[in-house]
Amino acid sequence: MRQLLLAAPILIPLVACAVTAMLWSRPEAQRRVGLGAAILLFVATLGLMAEVLSGGMVVGQMGNWPAPFGITLVVDHLSAAMLVITGLMGLAVAVYAMGPGAQERDRAGFQPLFHALLLGVAGAFSTGDLFNLYVWFEVMLIASFGLLVLDRTREQLDGGIRYVMLNLVGTTLFLLAIGLLYGLTGTLNLADMARVAPEVENQGALAAAAVLLLISFGAKAAVFPLFNWLPASYHTASMPVAAIFAALLTKVGVYAIIRVFTLVFAHDHALFGPLVGVIAMATMVVGVLGAAAHYDIRRILSFHIISQIGYMLVGVALMTPLAIAGSVLYVIHHIVVKANLFLVAGAVRQVGGSFALARLGGLWVTAPLLGLMFLVPALSLAGIPPLSGFWGKLVVIRAGLEAEAFVLAGVALAVGLLTLYSMIKIWNEAFWKAAPDTAPAPEWTRGQRIATFAPIVLLCGVTLTIGLWTEPFAAFSLAAAEALLDREAYIAAVLRPHPTQLAEVLP
Amino acid sequence: MDPSLILRVSAPLLLWVPMVVSLYLLIRGHNDPGGGFVGGLVASAGLVFYAISRGQEAALRAMRLPPATWCGIGLLAALGSGLLAWLDPAAGFLTHRWWFPDIGFKLPLGTALVFDIGVYLTVVGTVTAMVFALVGEEAR
Amino acid sequence: METAFALTIGVLVGAAAYLLLARDLPRALLGFVLLGTAANLSIFAAGRTGTMVPPLVAPGAEALATDAANPLPQALVLTAIVIGFGLAAFALVLVMRAHAEFGSASAEDMDEAERPDDVAAPAAPALNPAAERKEAA
Repeated sequence: MRQLLLAAPILIPLVACAVTAMLWSRPEAQRRVGLGAAILLFVATLGLMAEVLSGGMVVGQMGNWPAPFGITLVVDHLSAAMLVITGLMGLAVAVYAMGPGAQERDRAGFQPLFHALLLGVAGAFSTGDLFNLYVWFEVMLIASFGLLVLDRTREQLDGGIRYVMLNLVGTTLFLLAIGLLYGLTGTLNLADMARVAPEVENQGALAAAAVLLLISFGAKAAVFPLFNWLPASYHTASMPVAAIFAALLTKVGVYAIIRVFTLVFAHDHALFGPLVGVIAMATMVVGVLGAAAHYDIRRILSFHIISQIGYMLVGVALMTPLAIAGSVLYVIHHIVVKANLFLVAGAVRQVGGSFALARLGGLWVTAPLLGLMFLVPALSLAGIPPLSGFWGKLVVIRAGLEAEAFVLAGVALAVGLLTLYSMIKIWNEAFWKAAPDTAPAPEWTRGQRIATFAPIVLLCGVTLTIGLWTEPFAAFSLAAAEALLDREAYIAAVLRPHPTQLAEVLP
Repeated sequence: MDPSLILRVSAPLLLWVPMVVSLYLLIRGHNDPGGGFVGGLVASAGLVFYAISRGQEAALRAMRLPPATWCGIGLLAALGSGLLAWLDPAAGFLTHRWWFPDIGFKLPLGTALVFDIGVYLTVVGTVTAMVFALVGEEAR
Repeated sequence: METAFALTIGVLVGAAAYLLLARDLPRALLGFVLLGTAANLSIFAAGRTGTMVPPLVAPGAEALATDAANPLPQALVLTAIVIGFGLAAFALVLVMRAHAEFGSASAEDMDEAERPDDVAAPAAPALNPAAERKEAA
């Protein structure tokens, strides 16, 4: 049962991708299959989470090849949390994608690509093997390429090319780093690599490989100075696509950084801690300043993704249990909130007719409910108590103070203020100011309305739950941090001799 | 530029050659260099050649199903080879299974072959889809 | 042997870096292909070179010959080649589309996504992105 649950987050999107591809000429059926698969995926990830909470880390050797020779799937606390949140986002966006524009999207192949994206993300979160991580990255990348240029507009082609070029180079550097690491340690299994890494003679070369990994994961996570592709491309994608990108893609990069630098290069923390710290600060500041300069909702939100990535790296920079717990809590909170903001932006576009703040206005009068549902994630993003962002920021900043990284904590505080500024800007312009002479609001059916608002309400509920009932989430984050820092336990769990039962091989 | 008459007439015949070779490569992959990926590439090269000589529509008709559908069938086949492992619930996903039916001689069949067929179909579907997208672009 | 590998990888990476800096997108794409080749070679070199015996179990034998080459890098490189091939093909399709759309394959002529926010423009008809785009262009 554990083995089935372990593979389920990979198997379900794979089946969904295959079946929706087979139903190429029947978009209606595709949508039904896609929605069913998204629900199944969410349920399966919840089951896996329950398994991890009750029985600890779930480890499986694919094809019964014992680690470190085969591919290992490992799901610990952090992976399980990321998988659950992937399931939640998959469900929310699958419903949201049934809203306006669904027909065009499905004819262009949204469903197979969407599930291929979930497949790549879920695979990256569950694997315990560096090369396998690369393969999942590529699955995710190819699917995201397709999704980004789904409508084939000029804008999307331009944004797509920027996105594709930078990510191509990023993944190739990843491959180069894998080559170096394999040459140095003779293994690709992360646990085995963590065991061998401190004893490698040529620590200089190991550090070089680590920097290559940092660059390539950093390009995925859109950290300073490799973030340019993100604000150049995200706002061109259609809204459900932008929401799932904002929720998951950069976070896979963050997850990879956390995983690799807490596990394999932990012994080199004296070198990488300060480096990641500086990167985190620069990322926070640059992102939030970029957001302050823009007047298009989608672009403001894109820049905020970058800014928030900085907070998530604080854990790796400080490497204390509290800091890593802060990072974990922040990632969970951020994914929910950021995806929700993009969903709200899509709804604002439907109701108000534009993404440009100058053309919007008076939405508080015409759509007060939408206003409320914007405020919840927006204020949470800025870190207003008692919403989820407050707790995330609180833990991160407190960890910074405890580790005596005062500059880092100060920057985190200041960036929070500037975030509030951008959110108020959107609020004032789009919702509060008198309506300019806008075009009449578009017609949409009842079904489309429900499909648009149901996921927004759901994610608002999650944000409020994390905010008002923080205790279990904080406790979970601390447990995840402890699991991440306990490298010996991870290594032992993966490499412990498994009773191998090879199937009959002899004729 | 229209392809020459000779090319157009001989195209259906020439489609069979790469198809047979690709199947040979697929089976050969069992114990020797070869396999689903190479076989799939050869097969799609044949289809692309057919598309060049007879036009994309004809090639799509020759494939019977849209490329994406082939891709989906291939993925399901590859997945199924992994699921067969769970005939024994203690085995991990993707564990190999073998079956040796005796039909005059021992015919070795394994889940690896199912996987390879899946790869073959996926490659055919993906490559033709991509190339047809390129060629379609050219024609416009 | 390893020196030769190292030199080749170095030259490939250098050429790739030069090409990647080009504004002309097909050139940049070639740069990516070269970089991928360099990465593949480095994986290959990481698996230790020096033997020409293929890692195939001979008929009748139970295990690999002791002096056989390391099969893992070969499997990895094969996977990486397949993936790189797919990525390059997709990027090529994208560049061609962009060329058809913009009439140029130079990154400089593509600025659709980086247009400054339009602030004071009159409201466009809603739910008609095509018209809005035309107007903006």
